[in-house]
Amino acid sequence: MSGYRLREGGTVDRARPLRFDWDGLTLTGLAGDTLASALLANGVRVVGRSFKYHRPRGVMSAGPEEGGAIVTTGRHARRVPNEKATGIELFDGLKAEGQNAWPGVRFDIGEVNDLLSRFFAAGFYYKTFMGPGRGTWAWMQFEKLIRRAAGMGTASRDPDPDHYDIAHDFCDLLVVGAGPAGLAAARLAAEEGLDVMLVEQDFGLGGRLIGSAETVEGRAAPEWLGAACKSLERVRVLKRATAFGLYDGNVVGVYQRLTDHLANPDPQAPRGVLRIVRPRRVLLATGAIERPVAFGNNDRPGVMLAGAMETYVNRFGVAPGSRAVVATCHDGAYPAALALARAGVSTTLLDAREVPPQQLAAEAEAEGVRLMAGFVPIEARGRRGVRALQIGRLTGRGGEARSERELGCDCVGVSGGWSPAVHLVSHRGPKPAWSDELACFLPGATPAGVALAGAARGIWQTDAVIANARAAAAEAVEALTSRRPKAAAPAASGGWEAPIRPLWEVTVEGLKLKSFVDPQHDVTTADVRQAAREGYASVEHMKRYTTLGMATDQGKVGNVIGLALLADALGQSVPETGLTTFRPPFTPVPIGAFAGRARGHHWQPERRTPMHDAQADAGAAFIDAGLWKRAWWHPAHPGEDLNTAYVREARMVRETCGMVDVTTLGKIAVQGPDAAEFLDRIYVNGFARLPVMKCRYGVNLRDDGVVMDDGVTWRLAEDEFLVTCTTANAAKMMAWFENLLAFRWPALRVHVASATDQWAGVAVAGPRARAALGRALAAGDVSNEGLPFMGIIHARLRVADGEIPVMVARISFSGELAFEVYAPAGFGPAMWAALIEAVRAEGGGPYGMEALGALRIEKGHVTGAELDGRTTLGDCGLGRMASKTKPYIGKALSGRPEMARPDRPQVAHFMPVTEGETFSIGAIVCREGEVRGHGIGWITGVTAAPALGGGWLGIGFVAGGPAAWEGKTVVIADPIRGRETRVRVASPHQFDPKGERMHA
Amino acid sequence: MLRIPCPFCGPRDHAEFSYEGDASVTYPPLDAPEEAWFEAVFLRENPRGPAEELWHHLYGCRAHLIVERDTLTHEITGARFANPAIRAALSGGEA
Repeated sequence: MSGYRLREGGTVDRARPLRFDWDGLTLTGLAGDTLASALLANGVRVVGRSFKYHRPRGVMSAGPEEGGAIVTTGRHARRVPNEKATGIELFDGLKAEGQNAWPGVRFDIGEVNDLLSRFFAAGFYYKTFMGPGRGTWAWMQFEKLIRRAAGMGTASRDPDPDHYDIAHDFCDLLVVGAGPAGLAAARLAAEEGLDVMLVEQDFGLGGRLIGSAETVEGRAAPEWLGAACKSLERVRVLKRATAFGLYDGNVVGVYQRLTDHLANPDPQAPRGVLRIVRPRRVLLATGAIERPVAFGNNDRPGVMLAGAMETYVNRFGVAPGSRAVVATCHDGAYPAALALARAGVSTTLLDAREVPPQQLAAEAEAEGVRLMAGFVPIEARGRRGVRALQIGRLTGRGGEARSERELGCDCVGVSGGWSPAVHLVSHRGPKPAWSDELACFLPGATPAGVALAGAARGIWQTDAVIANARAAAAEAVEALTSRRPKAAAPAASGGWEAPIRPLWEVTVEGLKLKSFVDPQHDVTTADVRQAAREGYASVEHMKRYTTLGMATDQGKVGNVIGLALLADALGQSVPETGLTTFRPPFTPVPIGAFAGRARGHHWQPERRTPMHDAQADAGAAFIDAGLWKRAWWHPAHPGEDLNTAYVREARMVRETCGMVDVTTLGKIAVQGPDAAEFLDRIYVNGFARLPVMKCRYGVNLRDDGVVMDDGVTWRLAEDEFLVTCTTANAAKMMAWFENLLAFRWPALRVHVASATDQWAGVAVAGPRARAALGRALAAGDVSNEGLPFMGIIHARLRVADGEIPVMVARISFSGELAFEVYAPAGFGPAMWAALIEAVRAEGGGPYGMEALGALRIEKGHVTGAELDGRTTLGDCGLGRMASKTKPYIGKALSGRPEMARPDRPQVAHFMPVTEGETFSIGAIVCREGEVRGHGIGWITGVTAAPALGGGWLGIGFVAGGPAAWEGKTVVIADPIRGRETRVRVASPHQFDPKGERMHA
Repeated sequence: MLRIPCPFCGPRDHAEFSYEGDASVTYPPLDAPEEAWFEAVFLRENPRGPAEELWHHLYGCRAHLIVERDTLTHEITGARFANPAIRAALSGGEA
C-alpha cells in the first residue's frame, strides 16, 4: 500500500480536480495540491532516481529542503530541470517527469550503479579519473560519460522564451516568512503604523498551521489563521516570493513567481519579478527545517520527514500510507503521529528517549498511537518502497543500538530535531552558534537592523513563537518610531516538555548499513567518515570532497548530521567542528530574473549622434564604439563592401575632401579663474600661454607616469576651455577631473561640465576642404590668414531655412588640410546636410571609421590602440611634448629607470618586404630567426595605405623603436593563424613628414 | 548591496557610485621627488576594520564622498563631501 487521498480534511479544493501529466501518465490532483502531494495522493512512490547510485527515491519532505522528489517540468524551451516537486503548485495541464533514469524512473538501467556503490564513494572520481599520468584531457573525456550516467536533469538548450521584471521596493519592515511568527509580527507592526512587506515562498499563508488541528492562543488553528490573514490589509503581502539572499546594507533579494502556477498565463505577463528590497529593518521569521536521522536505507520511497507527513495529512488531506512508523528523539514529532492516527493511519511512534514526555504520550495514546519508548529505526526494508522497518534499542549515549525486531509498515516518518533556518542571516557573515540544550545551531550575533523570531530562533511551541514574534515586531516599531507598543509581550522562550536526545545516526555493531546524510547528492554516513579518515578534517573540505549540502540543497537537509558525524569521527565537539558557509540563493532563481528586461537590444543603451539618421538614410554601415554607433563606411553604391569603400574614402580625402562625424569625441567645459592652471597641472604640455581662440594638442599621464589620454583643447576665453578627449575615455576623463577638483586640489577655482552631448561635430578634411567650407559658410574667414593652423573662429553656416552659429577650428587628424566644425547638437542634422552638399560640390563625400583609421595610420598618429594603459610618452613618440619647466601629474614617476629605458617598445611603421603580403592586429614582432616568446613588439593597426604606395601598412611597437630598426627587417608572427610576414621597419612619420599638407 | 548615505541625495545603492580608492592618501606636491610619489601611489595600507574611502556619486549628484566603511563588516558609518568648500556651503558654513 502507498499514499492515498483521505476522504476528508486538508485545505485542498475537492470541487476542483486538476489533470496533470507525470512521466507520460495522466493523473488527477486537486486545486491547492503541490506536485508532491498529488503524486502521493495517486499512490506514486518512486518519483526519481538518485544522482549517483540511481536508487529509487520518493517524496521526502514538504518544502524546499526536498532531496528525493527532484523533477523536470515543462517542455521545449520552458523545460526546467532539478525542481523540487514539493514546491511546484499543481495546475491543469502540468507536465513533469522524473530524473536520472533511463528508460524511466520505474525501470532504470543505471540502477546497477547501486550494486557497484563501493566504487562511487567520496572522492572516487578524483582518485580514478584524475591524477598523475591522466591529466586534464583524460578527465574531460571521462567527465562527459560520468555526467551522463550520474548527472542532474537536462536543461533546455533554447533561449529562455519568458521575460522577467526587476522591481525596487522600499519599506519600514520586511518580514520574511508567513508562518505564525511572520503573520503575528506583520500584523502588529502594520497596526503600529509601519509600512510592512511580508514575503512568503509558499502559495499559502500560515506555514505549518495550514490545516493544523492544534490550538493557537486558545483558538482552533484555522480560526486563528483566518483572523491573522484578514488583519493584513495594510501589509504588502507577496506570496510565491522567496527571499533568497540577505546582502550588505540589509538589502534583500526576493524572487516572486508570477505565472509558473497558471495553466494559461498571459503571454505578455512576466514569469517572475526579481525584487530588490531595501527595508529599514528586517525580521526573519523563516522557521526551522526538520532534519532526519541516518539509519539503514533511510532514503527508500516511503521514508520522509515526520513534519512532512503532518503537512500532507493536515494541509493536503493525503495519507502517506496506511501503516506508519514515526521515529523521533524529541517532542516535535508527536503532532505528526497524532495527525496520522486521527486520519485513520495505523501509527507506531518510536521515541528514542526511555522516558517520553508524559502529557504528549498520554495524548498520543488516547488517539490510538502505539508508543514505543527507547526504540530507534535501524534499517528500512523494501526496494521500491518501504514494506517493513527493522527497529532496536539504543545501547549507548550515541546512536549505537541493538537490533530487536521488524515492524511491518508502508511509510516511515523521521525527525531528528529541527534546525532553525538561519541561512539568510548567515549570508551577512555571522556564524550560527551551537546550542547543546536544543541540539541545533541558533543564529549568532545579528547585524544591525536584522532580527529573527520564532522557530528561526529555536522557539518551538506555537504560542511562544507568536509572543516572541510580537516582541520582535515591537522592537522594530520602537527602533523606527521611538514609541514602545503597549500590546507587546516580553520575548518568551518556548522549548519542549522534555529535552531532545540528540540522535544523528543509528548504528549496529557488525551490521553494514547504507545510511544517507544528503540524499540529493547520495552522500552517506560512510562517505563522511571516509573524508575524515582521509584527512578532510575541516568541515569546508569535507563538504567539497563529499558534495554534502552543495548545489540546490545549500545545507538544508544533512548539514547538521554531517558535521555531527565529522565531529564524532574527529573526536571533537560540534562547535569545534564548525558549520559550512551558507550562500545565496536560498533556493534557485532563474538566471533570466537577474537580467530582467536587459536582454538583447535592451542589454545596454545605444548612443546615436544627431547626424546618425542622415548617415543611416544614405546607407552607411555602423560600428560600435563603446555605446556609440559610428559610421563605419559609406557605400558609394548599394553593396559596396568595407574593403573597397574605405580605400576609396581614404583616397578621396587625400585627393579632394571628405567629412566625418566626430560628435562622439569627449568634450569637457573647463571654466573658472584657475582653469589654465588646472590644465597645466594635468597635461604634460603647457596651456597657460595658449592664446584665446587657439587650440592645442595635449597628452596627460596617470600618477604612475603612463599615458592616460590625449586630445585637443580649445581656449574660448581667458577663463574658459573646451577640452576634447578620445571617445572611449570621455567618461573616465570627466570623472578624473572631478576627482582632482574635489579631493586633491579643492582650492582651485574651476568648474567642469560634460559638453559631449551639447555639441555636434564634423571634421572636413582634404585639399578641397577650405573650398568646401567657403561654399557652406554664410560668414567666417577660413583662409590661411583668417584661420591659421590650430586657430578657432566663430562663423555662420548656411542651412536650408537660414543660418546657424558654428565654431570652426583648424585641426587635422588625417594629416590633410582639415577643419572641425561644431554646432549646438540640435543643429546637427542641418549642419550635416549643409556640409555634405558643399563637400560633394568639391568632388568629395562622407567617410567612416575605417577610412579614418587608414588615414591616421598613414600619418602615424596614435590612438587608444597605442595609448593602451601600458605605454609612456616616449613609447608613443610624444616625448618631445613634455614640458621641462613645469610639473604635471605623472612627471615624478615617469622618471623611473624602467620608464625611460631606451629599448622599450616604441611606435613604428611596418611594411611587408614582399608586396601584397599582409599581417594582423595583435600579431607579435620578432627578430628574424627568433620567432618565440613574446617577441620584441606588437602590431596595433594594419591598413591598406593608398597614400604610401597602396600596399599594406602596419603601425605598432618594436623594442628600441625606429631609431634602432629603421630600414631593417623583422618578422611579424601570428601563431594563431600560422602566418609569418617579413616586414621593413620605418619611422611612423613617412607621410608628409614636414606637415606641409595640413599647414597649407 | 552597500547603501551609501550621500549627504546630498540620501541613502543610495553602491551601484550608483564608483570606488576611487583610499581616501587617507595625501598626494605630494607635483614637484615633489620621485620617492614621495612612489610612496603615495604604490605603498598603500590594507586595513582590516575602519577605513576611509573615496567614492564618486557617478549616477547621482556626482559629488566625491569620503565614506567611512569597515572593511571587515562592510558597515558604513558615515559619508561626507570630499571637497571642504562644498561641505561648508551645504552645512551652513561649517567645514
